[in-house]
Amino acid sequence: MLESNAQRGPYWEQTTPEDERIAHQIEHGREEHLLLDPRPPAELNELALATMKKTGPAFWIAVLGLGSLSLIFALTWVTQIFNGVGITGLNRSVMWGPYIANLIYFIGIGHAGTFISAALRMMRMDFRRPIARAAETITLFGLAMAGLFPIIHVGRVWKLFYMIPIPNQRDLWPNFRSALFWDMSAITTYIIGSTLFMYIALIPDLAMARDHTDGWRRKLYGALSLGWRGTTGQWHKLEVVSNILSFVIIPVMFSVHTGVSWNLSMSVQPGWHSAIFGPFFVVGALYSGVAAVIIVMIFVRKVLKFGYFIRDEHFNAMGIFLFILMIAWVYFYFAEWITNWYGNLPPEVAIQEMLTGPLAPLFYLMLFANIIVPLVLVFKRVRTNLPAMLVICIFIQIGMYLERVIIVAGFLSRNELPFNWVDYVPQLPETIITIGTLATLGLLYLIWTRIVPIIPLWEVYEGQAMQSTRRVGRAVVSTRTDAH
Amino acid sequence: MSEDTNKHGHKWTMVVDLDKCTGCQACVVACHAENNVPIASEEEVVKGRAMHWMRIERYWEGEFPDVKAKFIPVFCQQCGDAPCEPVCPVYASYHSEEENVNVQVYNRCIGTRYCGNNCPYRVRMFNYRAPEFDAPLEQQLNPDVTVRGPGVMEKCTFCIQRVRRGAETANAENRLIKDGEVVPACVQACPTNALVFGDKYDEESRVAKLVPNERQFKLLESLGTEPAVYYLKGGETHVGE
Repeated sequence: MLESNAQRGPYWEQTTPEDERIAHQIEHGREEHLLLDPRPPAELNELALATMKKTGPAFWIAVLGLGSLSLIFALTWVTQIFNGVGITGLNRSVMWGPYIANLIYFIGIGHAGTFISAALRMMRMDFRRPIARAAETITLFGLAMAGLFPIIHVGRVWKLFYMIPIPNQRDLWPNFRSALFWDMSAITTYIIGSTLFMYIALIPDLAMARDHTDGWRRKLYGALSLGWRGTTGQWHKLEVVSNILSFVIIPVMFSVHTGVSWNLSMSVQPGWHSAIFGPFFVVGALYSGVAAVIIVMIFVRKVLKFGYFIRDEHFNAMGIFLFILMIAWVYFYFAEWITNWYGNLPPEVAIQEMLTGPLAPLFYLMLFANIIVPLVLVFKRVRTNLPAMLVICIFIQIGMYLERVIIVAGFLSRNELPFNWVDYVPQLPETIITIGTLATLGLLYLIWTRIVPIIPLWEVYEGQAMQSTRRVGRAVVSTRTDAH
Repeated sequence: MSEDTNKHGHKWTMVVDLDKCTGCQACVVACHAENNVPIASEEEVVKGRAMHWMRIERYWEGEFPDVKAKFIPVFCQQCGDAPCEPVCPVYASYHSEEENVNVQVYNRCIGTRYCGNNCPYRVRMFNYRAPEFDAPLEQQLNPDVTVRGPGVMEKCTFCIQRVRRGAETANAENRLIKDGEVVPACVQACPTNALVFGDKYDEESRVAKLVPNERQFKLLESLGTEPAVYYLKGGETHVGE
């Protein structure tokens, strides 16, 4: 009896059934939550760097496929420059078409990246940590593609510099009253701001890559990491700059899509002239943008095998976010249509008759993809099921793209004088250019994942260091140290 | 620019008497010849790219056999408060102070087509392709008017080349422009005198006397664009039995 007690040790070191339950809870927390599952930084560095250096045959096939699509797109664009915009299906009433719809679409998917990074950072939401950079990359390349479209769209691209306020001998300035000028300024600010925002957060990881690589990579990362050594002062500066940029970039983000929507709503075109367009477009942009980020997260997790970093909890959180944005978008869309329909003005009635008439298949597909399909997001089983999420998010992309095309090209085909009702039929060139820019976005993203760590490793360590568990009574709760 | 803010120049104005318009399209042909407007091919017209600075909109009313046709000549309304002007990012579309018309600077235009979208009358024509003139039309281009290249927006100018020449002639002879001295090509070609052109600031001109007419209305007047084109309401043309 005495021996046995001595073997078992004092009673406070003995395991009880309750301790086993708690150990199980802690183990469960490690499986569920990235931040409760810390691993040595060296191991995580190795995980990220191995992916960056690995270029298998599948990678090269993807680069070849996307690259040739991008090349076809470039050739089509050159053809359009030499032959005029006449190779598209635009006509004397529908003067804006898919190019402007693409501009809105790409800026839209560029919205979520910054929102996830900056807004969730401001609100101290930790689930953003591993997905922030994948989302910011979407912003970066989405904006790059969006920035191409005004250039593709204009009739005389070689005179585009007239839009830029360059001092000149004749004192000829751009027209500051034009919504296009506002939009151009907002997009330029946003491109610069979000690139800076992304780059600042990239510096510690570039320094890590510099220390673990050799050859051209070492030189590149050495130059880009700006002498980062990881001193306390440098971390402090990084923290301060990131916080300032987070607060600055969010109003800019709102201004961009508001500016894009004002291109439409500042005009007297029926259907466009609506005060709700600013917030409506911002919500729509976030909606399609978050769906795009989820698509990218699925690829990052499955193709780059980053299951450790991107877990079900992240899909769950993003799924809830997507669902909330869906409700907000539906609310705006309903508010827009109910007032138009009740107002019963003849040109707007003509637009409604077109939507339920010749454009009905597109219109109802859009409503189905944007409203009916995402309803299944109420179930957690759906939110954490990757194939289901992929299908839902692709539906949302199609739906939101159709929404933009209907608003731009569809509404323009009905206007005040019925003599000028001309329907728009898409032609091959704009189809190629649309698909080609999507391919270019994919190509840039693919190459990017081999150049920078697509997971913000330092943010993950930071989160893991600040998070731990604590026993309160019989429960195990996760605790968070606020280091700020 | 509001109608009353610019009193020092002219207010070139058109009055269209719909009661006199027969829809003969002579004005359309005259406009093409005067302003070097390219003739869109059949395929282009099917695509909805008919190029006319001036067009006769024809609306049908009633069911066969009791069908009525209504003709409305529509061209740039030279709005006093034009929607196309503020939206142009490069000032290619702007308001001329001297003539009080809306002019388009072809060299400045970059082809954003924002003005075209924002024109409720849809009278702005975009050069989707380089202009082509079938032989022998290329032999009779008007030397006073630029041939616009691809990617440029264009529209009715009230034949500003004729207006300017009239003003210069009058100036050289040290007198004011007489009413009826300057006429755009469409007015000159109209066989029924349905179109009347003149300076509304000249109180003795025919347009100034025609505008306060009980039949007078402006196209899409509710939008507040203050057009310089006034229509006089007309009866219908019966084409049925």
